[in-house]
Amino acid sequence: MKVSELVEKFELNVYSGLSGLDREVTGGYVSDLLSDVMGNAAENEVWITLQTHQNVVAIASLKDLAAIVLVKGMEPDDDTLERSNQEGIPILGTPLSTFEMAGKLFVELEGSGA
Amino acid sequence: MSIELVFHIAGGDFSNAGKASSHIKKVLKQLNIDSKSIKRIVVAVYEAEVNVAAHAFSGQVTAQITEHHIEVVVSDQGPGIENIEQAMQPGYSTASKEVREMGFGAGMGLSNIQKNTDELSIESRVGEGTIVTFRCNYL
Ligand SMILES: Nc1ncnc2c1ncn2[C@@H]1O[C@H](COP(=O)(O)OP(=O)(O)OP(=O)(O)O)[C@@H](O)[C@H]1O
Ligand SMILES: [Mg+2]
Repeated sequence: MKVSELVEKFELNVYSGLSGLDREVTGGYVSDLLSDVMGNAAENEVWITLQTHQNVVAIASLKDLAAIVLVKGMEPDDDTLERSNQEGIPILGTPLSTFEMAGKLFVELEGSGA
Repeated sequence: MSIELVFHIAGGDFSNAGKASSHIKKVLKQLNIDSKSIKRIVVAVYEAEVNVAAHAFSGQVTAQITEHHIEVVVSDQGPGIENIEQAMQPGYSTASKEVREMGFGAGMGLSNIQKNTDELSIESRVGEGTIVTFRCNYL
């Protein structure tokens, strides 16, 4: 499944990083601890978090993550937006909580056998 | 073949943390190093450079890239580490409240470095600084 399909399906906001919308998504990772993500997230996963600063993009780019989803209506900082556009890593947003967003994504990806 | 790359890091400067790892990643990709090795190296370099930003005053990353491995030395001027064994333990952290609010300070950085390197040595003098040296052999 592509990031753009996730956006459509879950009515996500697209803040930035549009050039990465056709990235392939194979799973998700949920954490607000950066070195947990650094150590354990895998390529092409969507990262669900409430951290909004630009280090999130740096990590997503280093780890080749598919996209970042900010929960509970959190908005990215200005330099986060800029960096996301540079790196082509989409930053998406949802009013849902982490629990709800992760649950939906899990059902979607498991269900489609991705 | 041997390429040397040098980066400077200022303490507290989280906006530039990740510069060294992202540059090194690009160079390794250009050299067609296998992606599994690149992934390990990137984790180790990132954690080491962030530790300088989070815990020290200033520092330097020197990477020596050869055909078979990369050797990285991250040295800093800073408070040093009193008990290295304790610092290596997952979950141990002295990070400030501000640093923790950003999502750093889980106490996982040094163990991430250990897991992703083939050789690791940490030397430190309290009140002077720390030198983290590691090596990753490509697959
Ligand atoms: N370069 C350094 N200078 C001084 N102290 C350090 C340095 N690197 C690590 N430490 C000490 O070791 C502890 C553990 O480091 P580690 O990288 O494992 O975790 P952290 O930096 O606290 O959190 P995280 O890496 O998960 O964001 C730090 O909290 C700090 O006390
Ligand atoms: Mg650390």
